[in-house]
Amino acid sequence: MATITRRIFLKRFSWTGLLLWALRIGVLVIVLWGSISTLASGRYSASTWLALLIAGLAQGSIYALIALGYSLVYGILLMINFAHGEVFMAGIFTSVFLAEALEESGFLARHPFLTIGALLLLSMAVSTTVALLLERIAYRPLRNAPRLVPLITAIGASFFLQYAFRGFFGSGFKVYPEFGRMMGQWNIFGANIQVVQVAVFLAALVMMAGLYWFVERTKTGKSMRAVSEDKEIAALMGIDVNRVIVITFAIGGMLAGAAGVLRGVYQPQGISFFMGFVPGLKAFTAAVLGGIGNIPGAMLGGLFLGVFEGIGPNLILQGLGIPAANQLKDVIAIVMLVIVLIFRPQGLLGERLAEEKA
Amino acid sequence: MTLDHLKSSLKPGFYAGIVALFISVIGMIETFSNRDIIHGVFSISHTFLVIIALITGYFSATRAQRAGIRQHGIDRRAEVVNAIAGSLIAGFVMGLFLAVLVVVANLINLRPVFVNVTPKLIDLLTFGRPSLAGSIVPLSMFTIVSGLGGALSLFRSDIRRLIVTSLLWFAFAGLISEVIRLSLSRLGVNVARKFVTTRGLTPLGAAVMLALIFAIVYASQRLRDRQRRQPDQSSPARKRAVRFRSWGLIFVLLLVLPWVVGRVPSDVLVLVGIYVLMGFGLNIVVGKAGLLDLGYVAFFAVGAYSTAILTSADQLPNIQLSFWAALPFVIGITGLAGLLIGAPVLRMRGDYLAIVTLGFGEIARFLALSDWFSPVLGGAQGVVKIPNVVIAGIELADPEELYYLIMFFCLITLFISWRLEGSRVGRAWVAMREDEQVAESMGINTIYYKMLAFAMGAMIASLGGAVFAVKLNTVFPFSFSVNVSITVLSLIIIGGIGSIPGVLVGAFALVGLPELLREFDEYRLLLYGVAIIYMMIVRPEGLLPSVRRGRELHEDEMAQDAWGKPAEVIPVPANPELSG
Repeated sequence: MATITRRIFLKRFSWTGLLLWALRIGVLVIVLWGSISTLASGRYSASTWLALLIAGLAQGSIYALIALGYSLVYGILLMINFAHGEVFMAGIFTSVFLAEALEESGFLARHPFLTIGALLLLSMAVSTTVALLLERIAYRPLRNAPRLVPLITAIGASFFLQYAFRGFFGSGFKVYPEFGRMMGQWNIFGANIQVVQVAVFLAALVMMAGLYWFVERTKTGKSMRAVSEDKEIAALMGIDVNRVIVITFAIGGMLAGAAGVLRGVYQPQGISFFMGFVPGLKAFTAAVLGGIGNIPGAMLGGLFLGVFEGIGPNLILQGLGIPAANQLKDVIAIVMLVIVLIFRPQGLLGERLAEEKA
Repeated sequence: MTLDHLKSSLKPGFYAGIVALFISVIGMIETFSNRDIIHGVFSISHTFLVIIALITGYFSATRAQRAGIRQHGIDRRAEVVNAIAGSLIAGFVMGLFLAVLVVVANLINLRPVFVNVTPKLIDLLTFGRPSLAGSIVPLSMFTIVSGLGGALSLFRSDIRRLIVTSLLWFAFAGLISEVIRLSLSRLGVNVARKFVTTRGLTPLGAAVMLALIFAIVYASQRLRDRQRRQPDQSSPARKRAVRFRSWGLIFVLLLVLPWVVGRVPSDVLVLVGIYVLMGFGLNIVVGKAGLLDLGYVAFFAVGAYSTAILTSADQLPNIQLSFWAALPFVIGITGLAGLLIGAPVLRMRGDYLAIVTLGFGEIARFLALSDWFSPVLGGAQGVVKIPNVVIAGIELADPEELYYLIMFFCLITLFISWRLEGSRVGRAWVAMREDEQVAESMGINTIYYKMLAFAMGAMIASLGGAVFAVKLNTVFPFSFSVNVSITVLSLIIIGGIGSIPGVLVGAFALVGLPELLREFDEYRLLLYGVAIIYMMIVRPEGLLPSVRRGRELHEDEMAQDAWGKPAEVIPVPANPELSG
């Protein structure tokens, strides 16, 4: 008790401290006020909330897969691979052409699962290639540079990739074909749940479980963990640090490629060269939210962000009387990133403190 | 004599081939083919390919020479043979990539996937023989051009420099032939038509231009050589006078520039001016205080929108100020926005700060687009009918006149950043950027100085926004995308962080050139991306580094940046905000 009072009263007074407290209280008041007035108005039924929750989980699992790429790379190199959103875009944007071709030839209608398998293979291969090229060309020469330098390079690489893909495939929007069997709906507790949402969620879960097993149980995973603890000591123990870094980028790329196909199946519209930017930003938010560098954290952060983004605008903003609240979905994600970074920079599960390792 | 050493030429050829293939497939070659350096003879896209081949030839020749010396010792005749053979091999490898493209495009229609592999591209690559046999054309052509590049390496270095610089300047003159045409046509349309057409220089114009450039380059080289032999021994006062006079000359040139080049280029100049202004502003935030702000567009937008709302009759009809009356409010509002965004963000570590500011930049656009704010900000339609600026009864409607407004703001900002450099504040920023903890222990209130940098940067951006609003007389949310932030960031990185001439050169190259050559527009951010990566890896101090920055960077010859020392060298937990 004494320590708490001392912490509150004897800490040196500062205006920034006061401002942060004001911000904290303000955020809390806005969230509570918005949610209570929405719930009190009874605009949505419980089944609507359930549907929003499931949709959020599906969206969130895609974020989680991308976020893992950020988190893995950060865990090992302590750098933000800003171009990871473009790695995601590269996979899905390339695979859409195969998907179109397979749909035209009728192969898709006959073997939908084989098609998804082929798409996954292509998308993952392209994303992995892009991730590895990035590592080799843009990041490896700067491995020992101060941390803002690779970040700036990553920004350059991100725009380079966007416009290179625009040059390759054009600036138009592409559409993923529909997979007949996934278009159905289930009715659970009065809520309409799309089959595709459940499928995306489960697929992402399987992949994340696979990754977790890989990192925790295999020898390569062990060496990844060792390198993330301490590069030099790991090298002294006979671990090929370069190889581990390459593997990390490859895994990040594979997950991003898989996330691309899931995104295409779940939301077929709007596939273009610019589609990686906002998901990249959100996945980064998810990674920070869960504690960057932390694998379960990235998964949890992604799911949480997806759900929050699905429910938040309807729950909080509508209660505040803001029109067309869903327009502000992206704003909510970014504001959440700011709030997390101010008040809990280590994230939800962050044992690796953001400042400590810095 | 073994030919092993010629293997060293394969690598440059391979890379050059990939680059040539890449710029062909993404459509750059075709886009630029509509503009010629010499009308009807030589297009800009050919220039690109030829430059790539020449560079490849030069590099592979020197590589082959060196490899030859390593293996067989010094032998002048063998060197010549090696250089030529090496460059021919590299050119052949490079040509092979394009030849394969021609063959593949002949066999399969690539266009459903690669939209830019058009018949026209194949036509260009084969010089009008788009059949299977036409694939011989790029193969032989690039082998020969690369061989020429190799031959270039055999010249004496001063002659080589003369040739290369003249040709580069000539290519540049061809690039900006539109400006030359517009300026010449003020002398008379018939005069201009003799030298330049809308597509490029005429053969006569090209000859005159080449002779002119050659003479200038030769003279300046001779001058520099003489100076090197007899170092300048005049007194410091005289030196200062010379410097003063040359700056004065540049200033006068800048003053008359819009009337020389005419309306369209003046419009571009105004835009360049806006970016120069923002470059100065971001230089304070990134260069001086070391805070990587990727959401700089947010302040630009706040400046533009607040100007629009305060002066336009459509929004908030009760408030309708003149531009000058609104300006203090605009600056104040944006400064406040800077503090508001800065306060929560500035305690974060450098890389987090970068991403969060990027997020804020996006938020600004989303809010401007949203229905929530559309009663005030006008939603997707934006704010229209912003009145022109009036100075002493004169309405600044034309770009030629607006140019002086932006120049006035630029000069003020320039003066401020120049005076800040050595001031207490400027030194505090440098100390903070170098090592925050040490700075803090020396009694520098880092939060205060960071806030100051952020707010100052914001206020300068608001001036740019205000001019932008009166330039277009409308503001749309779509003008304020992340591309603006990236452009400003690239121009200060490429020019040299913290360097004032760097900002000018960067703004002209990165904003002015693409505006004059609309073809660039599509590939603008692609090229910025390449430039950023290249600069960060090879030349982190920029093209025209500031003196202090250059010294900081080359303290030890590691390619590093002054935002902190590499973690491996200093393992102390220094500077949680910025360094490793």
